[in-house]
Amino acid sequence: MSGPCEVPQPAFPRQRRSTAASARFYSRGVSVCLAAPLVVALAIGFVYPVTRLVGLSFEGGSLEQHRRLVAEPLYLGVLASTVKVAFIVTIASLLLGFPVAYLMARLRHGIAMVVAACVFIPLWTSVLVRSYAWVVLLQRNGIVNTLLADAGITDGPLKLIYTQGAVIVAMTHVLMPFMILPIYSTLQTLPPDYNRAARNLGAGAFRAFISVTLPLSLPGVFAGSVLCFVLALGFYITPALVGGPGSMLMATLIGQQTTVLLDWPFAAALSTVLLTVTLIFVFLFRKTLSLSKGLHSVH
Amino acid sequence: MSTDLAPLPNRLPLIRGHYAAATFHAFAKAFGMIVLATVIGCVLFFLLLPTLIVIPMSLSETDYIQFPPSGLSLKWYRAYFSDPDWMAATWFSLKIALATTATATIMGTMAALAIVRGRLPFSSALQALALGPMIVPHIVLGVALYLVFSPLQLTGNFFGFLIAHTVLATPYVMITVTAALQRFDPALELAALNCGANRLQAFVLVVLPNIAPGVAAGAVFAFLASFDEATVAFFISDIGGKSIGRKMFEDIDFNLTPVIAAVSTVLVVVSLMLMGAIHLANAQKRG
Repeated sequence: MSGPCEVPQPAFPRQRRSTAASARFYSRGVSVCLAAPLVVALAIGFVYPVTRLVGLSFEGGSLEQHRRLVAEPLYLGVLASTVKVAFIVTIASLLLGFPVAYLMARLRHGIAMVVAACVFIPLWTSVLVRSYAWVVLLQRNGIVNTLLADAGITDGPLKLIYTQGAVIVAMTHVLMPFMILPIYSTLQTLPPDYNRAARNLGAGAFRAFISVTLPLSLPGVFAGSVLCFVLALGFYITPALVGGPGSMLMATLIGQQTTVLLDWPFAAALSTVLLTVTLIFVFLFRKTLSLSKGLHSVH
Repeated sequence: MSTDLAPLPNRLPLIRGHYAAATFHAFAKAFGMIVLATVIGCVLFFLLLPTLIVIPMSLSETDYIQFPPSGLSLKWYRAYFSDPDWMAATWFSLKIALATTATATIMGTMAALAIVRGRLPFSSALQALALGPMIVPHIVLGVALYLVFSPLQLTGNFFGFLIAHTVLATPYVMITVTAALQRFDPALELAALNCGANRLQAFVLVVLPNIAPGVAAGAVFAFLASFDEATVAFFISDIGGKSIGRKMFEDIDFNLTPVIAAVSTVLVVVSLMLMGAIHLANAQKRG
């Protein structure tokens, strides 16, 4: 396990090497003690509650709650529309976010900082604040409707808020930074020489982009897309505030079951399904999902 | 220019159509640049607008939300700071966030040390499990925690929040500290040990100062992960103890007053100052 060691070679290599190796790595006992508090916290605050919730959905060893979920087309429809909304939000974030990431990676330092600020400021702002802003923008007498009416484009206020469109727009806004940052960190590591070489060999700007830059940026594209999709699947705050009864998603359905209908076993079954879908997706794409990428680019 | 280097048979047709092609290319390029710049400009506007729009709204004089606001006043800030409900929620969240920062930073740093520098059984399993709260939908975690906390009277309770937010905030610390530890050369610690320091001295005097920027960044992320957290807080709050996130959620849902804009502005300013400080510190370190 021990890699190259930069300590001057001692006179008794055999004996000293073992000292060096044990100095590089903490002993097993120390390591376990260091990790123990976190393990205990995760057991109490994460593993046990989630296990209890999954257990509740199979209460009394019966599949009753899950059968209910499958038998009622309404609930399967909500699951389908959750996946659909997450997919649309991911594609929209990718299409809108890629040019921004490209620009951030290619521009001179000063302007790139301004573009980066436009990406980071929303990322650092509470999801509640951003959802609130969308409520204000899209409500019946909100800013968008006022501007449209003043410009003479619409006669009366349009129904913008509490629709699936509003949920998609607001979720795209909240999740786009998670798409931009992994793509940016991949593009940033690409030397501009590759693109220049392609141009030198006769490719146009478009051709050089399609056959050189784009394929090389795919790891970032995949990382951003998986992160966006997974986060979109379980989003609660934004669809709860901006969406309506017609745009129910899994998370808002679980919220409704627990806070309004107080049907805990069924909420547990819905949670189990949402958790399973998320984990299957994470497992399938675990290679591309790099949680640290989004955070690393902050540095 | 590049065509000068091409072999002769390739150059001939290029030279023939050179002028027409050059003009067409210049047009196409300029057009492409304009389209691209417009698209990117719109996207940046889309990203920034909803974040910053709360600031002018919070300064409005009217009782309803209007844009552009007519007249300037600080009355919504006065309303926020003099409302006992808002103040109680703010202090409650602040206490939780500060305590969470301490626990998450200490536990996350210790675990990162064990994973990067230690000999830990099931190290990668622990890493995956610790990052789990970032992946598991927060609604699922919120419902699960409510289910366990409710019979123990841990809802609306400082310690209940502390457990929940520590689990949610620790991944951020682990990511930043792990990255800092991977950049740290263990030979420096060996040198300190060779000079007669014990493990603890070597850690405090050599390792910690070197990974301090990563620990500080992790601490800021942990603070914001707790202070801005809303989904789990929504479920484990109750009438006796309400976080600022839960209070905001209720007010947005039931009475949409410009006080929320004032609270939002305060939250935005706090987040931007903290994150900006980390960003500047890192930029300075890199020179």
